[in-house]
Amino acid sequence: MMAAFDVIVLGAGPAGATCAATAAEAGRRVAVIDEQPRAGGQVWRAPMGGFPGKGDADQASGDTLRRRLAASPATRRLGHRVWSVVRTDTGYRVDTLGPDGPTALEAPFLVVATGAHERVVPFPGWTTPGVIGLAAATVLLKSHGVVPGRRLVVAGCGPLLAVVAAGLVKAGTEVAAVVDIAPRSAWLTRLPAILGQPRLAARGLAWGFAVAKAGVPVLSGHGVRRVEGGEAVTRVVIGPVDADGAPTEGPEQIIEADGLIIGHGLTTACEVTRLLRAEHRFDRLRGGWIPVVDGAFQTSLPGLHAIGDGAGIRGQAMASLAGEALGWHLAGRMAEAEATRANMAAATPFSDAMAGLMAQRPAQVRAIAADTVVCRCEDVTRAEIDSAVDAGATQIDQLKHFTRCGMGPCQGRSCADTVQELMAARLRMSRQEVGQWTGRPPLRPVPLGEVIGAFSYDDIPIPTPAPL
Amino acid sequence: MSARHDLVVVGGGIHGCTVALMAARGGLKVALVERGALCREASGVNAGTLTLQMTRVALIPYALRAHAMWADAPNWLGHDVGVVVCDGLSLAFTEREEELLSYRAGKRREAGAPIELIGANAAREVEPGLGDGVRLAGHCKVDGYANAYLTGLAFHRALTDAGVTLMEHRAATGIEREEGGFAVQTAQGPVRGKRLVIAGGVWIEPMMAWLGVPLPIKVLVNQLAVTERQRPVMRTVIGIASGLLSLKQYPHGTTVIGGGWQGVGDRERGGVALMPERLIGNVRLACHAIPALKEARLARAWAGLEAETADALPAVGPIPGIPDAYVCGSVHSGYTSGPYLARLLADLILEREPALPLFPIDRLLPPQAGRAA
Ligand SMILES: Cc1cc2nc3c(=O)[nH]c(=O)nc-3n(C[C@H](O)[C@H](O)[C@H](O)COP(=O)(O)OP(=O)(O)OC[C@H]3O[C@@H](n4cnc5c(N)ncnc54)[C@H](O)[C@@H]3O)c2cc1C
Ligand SMILES: Cc1cc2nc3c(=O)[nH]c(=O)nc-3n(C[C@H](O)[C@H](O)[C@H](O)COP(=O)(O)OP(=O)(O)OC[C@H]3O[C@@H](n4cnc5c(N)ncnc54)[C@H](O)[C@@H]3O)c2cc1C
Repeated sequence: MMAAFDVIVLGAGPAGATCAATAAEAGRRVAVIDEQPRAGGQVWRAPMGGFPGKGDADQASGDTLRRRLAASPATRRLGHRVWSVVRTDTGYRVDTLGPDGPTALEAPFLVVATGAHERVVPFPGWTTPGVIGLAAATVLLKSHGVVPGRRLVVAGCGPLLAVVAAGLVKAGTEVAAVVDIAPRSAWLTRLPAILGQPRLAARGLAWGFAVAKAGVPVLSGHGVRRVEGGEAVTRVVIGPVDADGAPTEGPEQIIEADGLIIGHGLTTACEVTRLLRAEHRFDRLRGGWIPVVDGAFQTSLPGLHAIGDGAGIRGQAMASLAGEALGWHLAGRMAEAEATRANMAAATPFSDAMAGLMAQRPAQVRAIAADTVVCRCEDVTRAEIDSAVDAGATQIDQLKHFTRCGMGPCQGRSCADTVQELMAARLRMSRQEVGQWTGRPPLRPVPLGEVIGAFSYDDIPIPTPAPL
Repeated sequence: MSARHDLVVVGGGIHGCTVALMAARGGLKVALVERGALCREASGVNAGTLTLQMTRVALIPYALRAHAMWADAPNWLGHDVGVVVCDGLSLAFTEREEELLSYRAGKRREAGAPIELIGANAAREVEPGLGDGVRLAGHCKVDGYANAYLTGLAFHRALTDAGVTLMEHRAATGIEREEGGFAVQTAQGPVRGKRLVIAGGVWIEPMMAWLGVPLPIKVLVNQLAVTERQRPVMRTVIGIASGLLSLKQYPHGTTVIGGGWQGVGDRERGGVALMPERLIGNVRLACHAIPALKEARLARAWAGLEAETADALPAVGPIPGIPDAYVCGSVHSGYTSGPYLARLLADLILEREPALPLFPIDRLLPPQAGRAA
């Protein structure tokens, strides 16, 4: 079952697929794994299930990457979920569950390109059916052409607001309002950086134009106060917020809608580097905890590299460039690697500007009401988190034991950034000091029935019995 | 000179916490020094099984009394740790396991454990969730489990209420004997006591070395896995003849899968990684016993460190050659029996006659060791 490769790339988004193709084309034996049935990652999600796709620039870019990867000698393990990664004497072992059951791969080099998670900043009613994530909405639009409601409010922060609002307008859905936490000035101060990437700036402008043309009101400096409806969204209540996202005095507005699409930026999906105990540091601008890497994207562990949004939120352009540079590097083509890395510098101001708009706003988190559920898997409220701290919990792993926060199926992927911020605030400690939850397998909740595969009782390698 | 306590306990797991609690209630001025937070090592990450069918035969009389203590936790501990008392089954699927089970259940029964051997049909009446292939089962009505992760919170409250000086996040870096007692060295200064208990789990070995006592302690790296919430699929604690399975579903629906399969780790790094084949093996065994588990998803797996002496019996008693110093730990299935053994040691320290004999470590030391220190 074991296949030997020089490099395993985990994730076939812009970062991973580019890295895999580059290294494979240059002669390395590469395996690239992704749980999605097709490469492209989040930004270039392939259309699925008969949906022809939107035929837009993202789809074209994705198709180009998918063709390149397919034509390269890289072994593709798509539709394979990675649930365990361990360090071995000779490198790394990756265990996957795919259409053919459990498999394992080994290689001396492992590239982690697992992308980002959507950040949730809870508010009353955020678990109401009809509230969905901004990033998740992009996936629905891209892969399935599905619009999650008839009359929708799009709220939160960052560039995905415009992407989704424009996508909905194009799909003919009524967008009742776009509610942006950032004041207009936040975009204006970033204008120079944005204009430094004319192609991307033009796309942003087109999105804005589509929204404006449809007559959708855009409320800057506003945030969602609560969602009403109980069984399903009926009304979204918004109000003004300050530059840090905390509610300020001012009139509330009630918007009738049957859905709310909301997102407060992205956090790094760094579970693999965490699981392997690579060194991490907290970087608010880059989406939270990020693995510490050197110029060749190598983490503190030999042979373990991290690129793309999973190594710090920088967006697609930087993810692709990092994939290219690392691909060359792993193939021993240092000159090409260096040249590609130089291009990353040019793209940095834009990527920083976008990341800044998506970074967590501590004041917004601190304003979460006491009775609001923060960990939805285990139904833990903000008040329960605070009182656990008051009862003596001073470490993030201990908070879990006191409250069950982060113990559910998502294992803190959704709530970590918020919970850790709340704990740090209560303890008056830095996020770095409060730390992050210890990484453990599985990387995804996986059905036991799939983990065990087909077996006979006699094949179970039962160890020798404990002493009597 | 810092204040001298009557007793300093080093290590805040189930053993250290219970000794400290009982000694404080017995009237001593107690300090508890813990490197991290209370019960965040073995005592907070274990499977919480309170079972006689995995207990060493020599420990059965202790485990029986400890089981009663756990069932009564709200009274003596004062805080709920989710103890559920229920039936337990130890299964045999092969001829060899049948032999093993008959022999082991017999020995445990002789030692006082109320274990009966029953056939497959009777076993299925006790546990309707059982899969096919069971040939024989040990049935024990004194079984059950606790929510181990709640132990730290419960003891934090109980120790605070009892007036123990809790020194969390304070690692001992050395121990010195001095006039009238001991000085436990820490980065924040020494903690002094007339008497000393070493209750450092797998770290007992380096702690004893500070006193010049060579006590080898093996480090086991036990893997555990937990499923997401699921409809009720079992109602008992399930084990296997060899002892390499422990399984129970909590009232909120998650199932913890264990059995002492070994992962990667050591004293310095803790339990750092799980061996995927062993995790798969353990899960296969679990699904073989309770097939409906296959429907659930695996939410998380982890590894913790368990201590074992050369003869796999506890190290609980006075430290030879060092008056007023004691050790408490290395109890097999120590979450089950630990509170009772620790209480016995507290009795000894409080100069009350312990109801059952302790497990002094003289047997584990080379002749004359310790005395030189
Ligand atoms: C839901 C979502 C939607 C987004 N939509 C947009 C958008 O429309 N426009 C935009 O500019 N940016 C979007 N982003 C941000 C976007 O992810 C990045 O800027 C860009 O895609 C980063 O590329 P990447 O290669 O680093 O990661 P990604 O593109 O996220 O690729 C990571 C890949 O790793 C795979 N993976 C992760 N863990 C595992 C595992 N355990 N087993 C197997 N496979 C695994 C994932 O399936 C994914 O394909 C979105 C982010 C998210 C989370
Ligand atoms: C994964 C796993 C599953 C298990 N399942 C079961 C089960 O189902 N049923 C059962 O009965 N038993 C079970 N056990 C065994 C049981 O958990 C242990 O026997 C018991 O918890 C040991 O308690 P302890 O107090 O001796 O050690 P620990 O709980 O390890 O406590 C030792 C303490 O010493 C502290 N310490 C270490 N160094 C220093 C220092 N330098 N200064 C200060 N403090 C220090 C540590 O931080 C730690 O808190 C399991 C064990 C493991 C690991």
